[in-house]
Amino acid sequence: MPPAGDELEYFEDGEDLNFDGVLAEKHRKKLYQVDYTVQSAKHLMGSQDKEVGQVAVILGMPKEHAATLLRHYRWNKEKLIERYMDNPDSVLRIAGVVTEHVRRIIPAREISSPEHPFSCDICCDDDEDSETVAVSCNHRFCRTCYEHYLRQKIKEEGESRKIECPQDGCKIVVDEKTVEQVVDKNTHLRYRELLNRTYVDDNDHLRWCPAPNCEFAVECHIPSTSLTTIVPTVECECGHQFCFGCGLPDHQPAICPLVKKWQKKCEDDSETANWISAHTKECPKCHSTIEKNGGCNHMTCRKCKYEFCWVCMGPWSEHGTSWYNCNRYDEKSSHEARDSQTQSRASLERYLHYYNRFANHQQSAKLDQDLYRKTEKKMEEMQQTSDLSWIEVQFLKKAVDTLTQCRMTLKWTYAFAFYLSRTNETVIFEVCDVTDNQKDLEMATEYLSELLEKPLEREKIAELRQNVLDKTVYVKQRREILLEDTAKGLLENRWSFFVDLK
Amino acid sequence: MSTPSRRRLMRDFKRLQKDPPAGISGAPCPDNIMLWNAVIFGPGLLFDIAETPFEDGTFKLVLQFDETYPNKPPSVKFVSKMFHPNVYANGELCLDILQNRWSPTYDVAAILTSIQSLLHDPNPNSPANAEAANLYRENRKEYVRRVREVVETSWE
Repeated sequence: MPPAGDELEYFEDGEDLNFDGVLAEKHRKKLYQVDYTVQSAKHLMGSQDKEVGQVAVILGMPKEHAATLLRHYRWNKEKLIERYMDNPDSVLRIAGVVTEHVRRIIPAREISSPEHPFSCDICCDDDEDSETVAVSCNHRFCRTCYEHYLRQKIKEEGESRKIECPQDGCKIVVDEKTVEQVVDKNTHLRYRELLNRTYVDDNDHLRWCPAPNCEFAVECHIPSTSLTTIVPTVECECGHQFCFGCGLPDHQPAICPLVKKWQKKCEDDSETANWISAHTKECPKCHSTIEKNGGCNHMTCRKCKYEFCWVCMGPWSEHGTSWYNCNRYDEKSSHEARDSQTQSRASLERYLHYYNRFANHQQSAKLDQDLYRKTEKKMEEMQQTSDLSWIEVQFLKKAVDTLTQCRMTLKWTYAFAFYLSRTNETVIFEVCDVTDNQKDLEMATEYLSELLEKPLEREKIAELRQNVLDKTVYVKQRREILLEDTAKGLLENRWSFFVDLK
Repeated sequence: MSTPSRRRLMRDFKRLQKDPPAGISGAPCPDNIMLWNAVIFGPGLLFDIAETPFEDGTFKLVLQFDETYPNKPPSVKFVSKMFHPNVYANGELCLDILQNRWSPTYDVAAILTSIQSLLHDPNPNSPANAEAANLYRENRKEYVRRVREVVETSWE
């Protein structure tokens, strides 16, 4: 690791720098780590209420209207307040808020007169005993219809933050207090849940943990514009590690734009490229891609009529009498033909090189899951056959966790390396740097993997434990070094990629 | 049996009879109030509209309601042959108020007048009939000719 002094400048906020001493150095945030907090549903409700409360006080309006405004401005408090101070009327109009006080629920009798009996425009009922509901736009409907309407919006359409008044063309938003008073308890619960969801969905600093059945959200203040220089990996309470920028599982050290490009490329190309690579050759003259689907080795290109031998790729005219039995593989002319083919296929092969390794680690990571189950069994065995305690056999679980993590990192180094541009002289040196780190980590990972696969021998448990512990610590370090170096390179703009990151 | 949607449809019918908008007519089937037949007359030259190719057409439609009306829109379909950028081959049509912009305060008269105005004011950006949309944008003369064809068949 480089000396601390060099790294200090990369901290955006100075808070972490006030610590001194070795201990602080050890716990210091790594360059590839970001600050974040995990929030529970309860916590989210709290912070929502807090923000609504603040805005309500500043703008001097009831909370339910402040909430509607905040939702319209996607919880960007500063922007809302600034715009509101500039032109309150226009802000209220765009967000669909009328702050005038209105009695939401009024019995129909009170607003009916013999000349103008109240009649609901939705159901045309004029029952005097019914109740009527309106929000501040004063479009009044009977309570049954209003409730019907809200329930339909909430339960069937999943609407919450912007349910408009039922009147056609009216843009006024039905505020949360009205909803609470009109709908049944069950619908209201659902409404709160949906609102809670939009709080996270609309907020640029929050993201739901994508793990199945996980109800936590993560708060992280990395702006989307820095995603070309940083990979904001976060870990949820549930243990799932994912990228805050794109929500995909942890993909360090590759940055989000590269990940997106790579995944698309693999989806589009990998199968086709594999097939082309496995089943076709190119015409040595015009480089058309040719699949040999039968017949002898005497090929005549359909396009340019060039005649060549499928085995050695050399010109057919030189085959003399040894027709249909090519033994000319090492002749100069066939060598040249193959060389030029190699070159034209280099980019395809290059892609396949990275793709195969990427896919390999992905597959291995899946196998690691099997390994994990085996490991669990092993740990039980160990507790029974040796005098090791439960806590002492935890080293195996930890080793498997580390292993899986390293495979994920390795996998993404291949996508990362694929996009590194090779034209730039100065970069070449550093490319080696990546590949070196990559190679070290790969070797260590495979070694650890091998150790874990080994059958368990009773007398060698102590030795194995020591070995696994050592290796686990080692690969962990290798991974950290690799991540630290790539993260530093990203911040320094040391890497140049041959694709546009925008 | 009186349900909210049936009551509402009765009122819609009364309103339509009492105060019928120009160029439209509609009525429920005698034995089924949830199924309506309607006729829209092609909008003619009312203002300064350059072309009103649908003029004089008499287009038949059916409106199928269910108990969710008026919380949900009915399904509306042209029975007459139609050539219009926002009408599918099977007669169904692509109109915002019949989908996401629906409001429970719309009634049958509002639906039919909206469809009538859609006829002379198509939205070629969300085409249900790609051919009609292309012609509307690029070859107005041919578009008018094709529309006149369906206008003539609508008289049969």
